[in-house]
Amino acid sequence: MSGTFTKSMARNIFYGGSVFFFLLFLVLTFDTTQALPERDNRGAITPVVVRGKMLWEENDCIGCHTLLGEGAYFAPELGNVYTRYGNSKEAIMGFIKSRPVEGIPGRRSMPQFNFSDEELDALAEFLKYSSEINTANWPPNVQG
Amino acid sequence: MQYKSQAVAKPYFIAAIILFVAQILFGLILGLQYVVGDFLFPEIPFNVARMVHTNTLIVWLLFGFMGATYYLVPEEAETELFAPWLAKLMFWIFLAAAGATVAGYLLVPYATLAEITMNDLLPTMGREFLEQPTITKIGIVVVALAFLFNVGMTVLKGRKTVVNLVLLLGLVGLAVFFLFSFYVPDNLVLDKFYWWWVVHLWVEGVWELILGAILAFVLIKITGVDREVIEKWLYVIIALALITGIIGTGHHFYWIGTPEYWQWWGSIFSALEPLPFFMMTVFAFNMVNRRRRNHPNKVATLWALGTAVMAFLGAGVWGFMHTLAPINYYTHGTQITAAHGHMAFYGAYVMIVLTIISYAMPLLRGRTAANSNKSQVLEMWSFWLMTVAMVFITLFLTGAGILQTYLQRVSESPEPFMVVQEKIALFYWMREIAGVVFLLGLVLYILSFFVGSRDPEAAIEPVS
Repeated sequence: MSGTFTKSMARNIFYGGSVFFFLLFLVLTFDTTQALPERDNRGAITPVVVRGKMLWEENDCIGCHTLLGEGAYFAPELGNVYTRYGNSKEAIMGFIKSRPVEGIPGRRSMPQFNFSDEELDALAEFLKYSSEINTANWPPNVQG
Repeated sequence: MQYKSQAVAKPYFIAAIILFVAQILFGLILGLQYVVGDFLFPEIPFNVARMVHTNTLIVWLLFGFMGATYYLVPEEAETELFAPWLAKLMFWIFLAAAGATVAGYLLVPYATLAEITMNDLLPTMGREFLEQPTITKIGIVVVALAFLFNVGMTVLKGRKTVVNLVLLLGLVGLAVFFLFSFYVPDNLVLDKFYWWWVVHLWVEGVWELILGAILAFVLIKITGVDREVIEKWLYVIIALALITGIIGTGHHFYWIGTPEYWQWWGSIFSALEPLPFFMMTVFAFNMVNRRRRNHPNKVATLWALGTAVMAFLGAGVWGFMHTLAPINYYTHGTQITAAHGHMAFYGAYVMIVLTIISYAMPLLRGRTAANSNKSQVLEMWSFWLMTVAMVFITLFLTGAGILQTYLQRVSESPEPFMVVQEKIALFYWMREIAGVVFLLGLVLYILSFFVGSRDPEAAIEPVS
């Protein structure tokens, strides 16, 4: 890399290229924002779903599970757990509620969070809302 | 060491190494929990150990970046640091914040930590890698602002080099994009979309500027190659990094509810993301081959070359492996991702911090150019043990990921997550063994600071 290709040319490519592609990124972001209402199931975001999302965050559920494929890979995907459990909020609530305090010998186990019924319902509503986001048919099957 | 104020880098490097040890110990706990599910349960559940593992990694890399900056900026600017006292003060604030946060993770349940830090006033907790309490995040912003002010003033009053400008640009970008960690909308899709503005635009964007600048600085010092040549390479590498990496963010927008055109934008641009890393490898080897002198700090040269190669393999090759949308449809959120994450972080960011520490620490400790032969040989052993162990960790996780993808996602009768996890346990055991070897390498690395300190410095060989 010598001769005719100078340092100032390299510098201009860096500044020009970075600014151009960042602006393009902003344009795509704007377009994405316009398109999201059709896909992101925002109509389902009730105060209960908001409460459920808050509980999801304040208990660091993402530290073991994935949600739409993002998070930790220690425990099952939960973006589609609502459909995996036969479209049943009760099944989700029952699972969370029944985790043994001391775990299961030799095996991975979800902690017992001692949620109230109202909190369990909010979490299940949040997971139901998540399952109805248009994710371009991901995951490939119900196992997540 | 040419300027007295460069000495403020030393505590930053020491703190980085201590947190590195914590990170690896918790990594081993996590690895064991993958196969012995109830290990330390319920005292240290997996998610808590994982927060410690990932957060200490981020914080020790930040300590490393800051130490690197305090070391190289005065030397490049040919002037003393603007306010060394501010750098020392910020060190203690940052260390206290990091220590208190890790203690918080370990001592109380996460929900209690959220409660006592009043997360409901400005909820930012509970997102991957950004789990820190809001108060810690505010502390990070304060430390970053004071740091940027200090460094910016130093750059302004001194010689303006390309290395300094690129480094400063990277650091400003780091601070600016961190601000998105305060934006947590109720809408999950928007939440995820802007979460990547921190995570992706850090590690596949502005951090690459920091990486490039540090690597360029070390190569100027150890090879004696003309600065003009190295700076031209630096511009080309970071130009490619941002041109591919910014739109490359799209490879995270395939399956989170965002429009499907991102599958095209993300696939095409992120397929090009290995290019800057390939250039970096060519660059590092070229400069070392064209060296005008033989620097006595051979192990620093080894780290510099290692960074370029491992960043290319981990970020470039292992990233490319699962970045095309039709492949990512099956591999998204599996052990393939974990494999890529491990080697990319080690190759690009862990190794660049260890490179600058390897170059600067002997000088900070009063040597004129390099450590004794004995110390360097031990450090080279640690280089090979850690690097080879990381290669095997990555290979075993890749094996686990391929099987997981097949059994759970591709096969005609897909099996449940936990059933698959048990079937691939052998790979997790082998990963854990490789992790123990990594720890052994880390122990040797730390020992290398204490052996041969009274021996004379390694000799300089003339250029052949």
